[in-house]
Amino acid sequence: MMRLMRLSWLILLLAALAVRPAWAQGPRPPTDDEVNAIARKLYCPVCENTPLDVCPTQACAQWRSLIRQMLAEGKTEQEIVQYFVDNYGARVLNEPPRQGFHWLAYLVPPLAILVGVAIVVQAFRAMKRPGPAAPTARSDQEALLDEYLLRLEEELRRQR
Amino acid sequence: MAETMSSPVRRSVPIWAQVLIWSALVVLLMVIGIVLNRRSEGNIQVGNRIPDFTLPLFSGYESNDQSEIRFSDLRGKVVVINFWASWCKPCELEAADLQAAWEYYRPTGQVIFLGVNYVDTEPEARLYLQKFGITYPNGPDLGTRISQLFRISGVPETYFVDKNGVLRYVRVGPFTSLEEIQRQVDLLLAE
Amino acid sequence: MLAEFGYGILLVTFLLTLYCISAALLGALNKSLALVESARRAMFLTFPLLSLSALALVALLLRGDFNVQFVYEVTSRSMPIYLKITAWWGGQAGSLLFWSWLMSAFTALAAMRRWDRDQEFLPWVLVVSGGTLAFFLALNVFFENPFARLYRLPDGTIGGYTFQPALSTPVYPSDGRGLNPLLRHPGMIIHPPMLYLGFVAFVIPYAFAIAALVTGRTDDRWIRITRRWSLWAWLFLSLGLVLGGRWAYDVLGWGGYWAWDPVEIAAFMPWLTGTAFLHSVMIQEKRGMLKQWNMVLIILTYSLVIFGTFLTRSGVLSSVHSFAQSAIGPAFFVFIGVTFALSVGLLIHRWGDLRAEAEMKSLLSREALFLLNNLLFISILIVCFWGVIFPLISELVTGQKVTVGPPFYERANAPLFAALMLLMGVAPLSAWGHSTVQTLGRALWKPAVGALLITLLLYFTYTRNAIALIGFFLVALVVLVAVYEFWRGARARQRAQQENFFQALIRLIARNRRRYGGYIIHLSMMMMAIGILGIELFQTETQGTLGVGEELSLQGYRLVYRDVARWDDLAGGVNHTRAVVELYRGERYLTTLAPRIDFYYDAQQNMTIPGVRSTLADDVYVLLLYWEPVSAQGATFKLYVNPLVNWLWLGSLVFLLGVIVAAWPERDPEPASVRVPRSARQTSSAD
Repeated sequence: MMRLMRLSWLILLLAALAVRPAWAQGPRPPTDDEVNAIARKLYCPVCENTPLDVCPTQACAQWRSLIRQMLAEGKTEQEIVQYFVDNYGARVLNEPPRQGFHWLAYLVPPLAILVGVAIVVQAFRAMKRPGPAAPTARSDQEALLDEYLLRLEEELRRQR
Repeated sequence: MAETMSSPVRRSVPIWAQVLIWSALVVLLMVIGIVLNRRSEGNIQVGNRIPDFTLPLFSGYESNDQSEIRFSDLRGKVVVINFWASWCKPCELEAADLQAAWEYYRPTGQVIFLGVNYVDTEPEARLYLQKFGITYPNGPDLGTRISQLFRISGVPETYFVDKNGVLRYVRVGPFTSLEEIQRQVDLLLAE
Repeated sequence: MLAEFGYGILLVTFLLTLYCISAALLGALNKSLALVESARRAMFLTFPLLSLSALALVALLLRGDFNVQFVYEVTSRSMPIYLKITAWWGGQAGSLLFWSWLMSAFTALAAMRRWDRDQEFLPWVLVVSGGTLAFFLALNVFFENPFARLYRLPDGTIGGYTFQPALSTPVYPSDGRGLNPLLRHPGMIIHPPMLYLGFVAFVIPYAFAIAALVTGRTDDRWIRITRRWSLWAWLFLSLGLVLGGRWAYDVLGWGGYWAWDPVEIAAFMPWLTGTAFLHSVMIQEKRGMLKQWNMVLIILTYSLVIFGTFLTRSGVLSSVHSFAQSAIGPAFFVFIGVTFALSVGLLIHRWGDLRAEAEMKSLLSREALFLLNNLLFISILIVCFWGVIFPLISELVTGQKVTVGPPFYERANAPLFAALMLLMGVAPLSAWGHSTVQTLGRALWKPAVGALLITLLLYFTYTRNAIALIGFFLVALVVLVAVYEFWRGARARQRAQQENFFQALIRLIARNRRRYGGYIIHLSMMMMAIGILGIELFQTETQGTLGVGEELSLQGYRLVYRDVARWDDLAGGVNHTRAVVELYRGERYLTTLAPRIDFYYDAQQNMTIPGVRSTLADDVYVLLLYWEPVSAQGATFKLYVNPLVNWLWLGSLVFLLGVIVAAWPERDPEPASVRVPRSARQTSSAD
């Protein structure tokens, strides 16, 4: 399957190489911006954690020219991204693919946050019903007042 | 201190929570520990059996007219696996030597060279192969699976595997002469 | 000789630290004040000793003694003197020594305070901070000796060794490899020290927290002692992060300041817990609540500080920032594991003693909102931590690497940050103890209406982007609330004291530094938020290859390519390629920019330095991507327009002001709060 796909790609690429001057006269060669728009979503394994559109290595320059070539052949963004995933693995994507094990990447944080919420709610309840031994060291009336206003007024009284 | 002593009820952390906290901690440390261990190991270690892998081959660079090559089918031969890329300058230093070594051993039928093309684009890779007149089986490292298997740290890297599929020698960086390659291969052939 | 001297001192300091720890431990267990005092003196001594060692290293760097491995790796003859000095923290071994040096300075400073009221804390503070110091010194002594010399072994390999191996010969390279060009930027000169200052300063509050746990003195004494430490630590950490962003903006050449790179996140995570900590300690001080939680936060902060250093220094992650890989990973791993497990164990042991002294009255009270704020910070932490860890897990489980990039973090964190901003708007208006919807609503409606009006105005004049409008609404709300608070307080004073408004305002701030410093910090955060919203939501870019006289246009700007030149700066060992471009707005000439590419011969590396025209409205950021003298094609430029990004940098200045206001030592802060009996203390100590 993979092999077939690769073969067909190869033929297409070779064809593209052969007819290179042709697309120059075609509708319009892809602009740098169109190339970058796709490249910025990809990560080349050679320079990890640097998006392809700004990565200065030779490998990345080659990738960008490959994108340009595929755009010139009329490939859609999705097809181009898929080509890179097939050839270089899911790590070229800017986030884990939503499938199989990788779902964990998306599921764990919300679940953990929910657990956090549950803990806070629980703590809230516990704090509203203080245990029998909990001493209320700080008087509540005092807490009712905004402390700084209290101080402010106190100060004013003193100075008058 | 006095406060602590006077309080009759000490609500401590429930056992289940303690178990949970500690096991989470252990799991986390284990993950980091294993990764750290792998990182510090670097490449796959000499003396290990190489796990099986399949290398799809560029057309024109097939082996016995097969469009892909299975590593386990090569048992009984000495295998030299070279990771390279067309954007890699140091690779160019050794390319001609590797080809010369391949031509030297090819008639014996006991040695096979495999070129694994790492994170490369096919047109440039083909130009590179043509430029150095390389004829031994070459193919792309689809999905960077093979390079992850070998845990390569860069290109070029060359792995020498004996007739039983056991890794015997790793070269990180380019070879500087044909003799260097021959010395390693001859050692394995002599066994 | 100097190298041996430096290493000798390092070794002596290490042993001295070990002595300090054991003496403090023994002193605490046997209740021997003399031993503890001896430990304290030993701790004093570490700072001058490490300073000597550091001086030796700097002298070696300046002298260009390339026989010393570290000097060989981070300097070269062509580097200017200031860079030779700052190369001290430009490599693994040196930056570990730098860490230790800062740590010893802070510990000595902490040991210097008056301990008469907190005798029981002293030995444990010494044990914890001394233990951390000893660990970092051990890394230098056993794994990464900055004074190691280069020797050639009989088999021809060259390596750095502390002691000359048998049969080897010393190697004297004629020149060094030179500092990584990325690190030669002024931002890089202050960014790591700031970050490290922040990291190291957080060790002190942690040490006090552990001392409180061990001694069982679970009141809020440890928090009161370390409040300013935490604030300064937080200031340095925050500035370190901002400077790192500025550095990335200026030298990495990707038109941005933050890429959610694992190493950036590693420094961001302790900031998150630290910020949560700064807020939640206030609840403990005012209401005696959340004692357990504060312990959790400070333990997390400490562990994340060490974890952050570990991530950057061990090479576990691959990242643009991983300047160094080495064998210290396992040592770090064991240290983090042991300290974290011990802290958690201790906390569980004392959990029951850390009960709240007051009850939570209302969901809208200040303390409840602070709790919510903590929850949000922890949620962001969870997202970040998981994003950093997940690729490691995935690689283990599936054998395939994955990238967790900006979209992941942005999607998850944006709503959390928005909720934080909402809290920042509401919380200052709610009262301690209890608030009701009515009281809060009465205080809030005016700023809310104001913010809504501003948003409407923006809708008609600036943008219709919904996310941006929500963001700007929240910014406006927080700003109006903070300004309203200043105004309310100043007016109250003004009426009562017959001062003019500004006098009243200044005095108000001076008398309530922490509160109003906090509001200034909130305002600065909003300035930064404006910058972040601007660049994240409205950044545009275009790229093109131009012949001389041709132009590139974007967002009404026109960039005209005039000239390019390439020359060697032999003294600096750099090859410059510098383009001259003119920037126009429509037909109006604005300025001439000179983006350039610097090629460093010693490091064989390119740097892409942007040409930037910066205003409050936007930055025009031009990169020269490619030019070859032989190519007739012309030069390739990339042009970014980054709206509002300057507010980010300006905000950081205001931030600095806010923290200084909040953290500046008051004339006589401590005695008043302690000598007075407990019940009376509540009002007098509320600053």
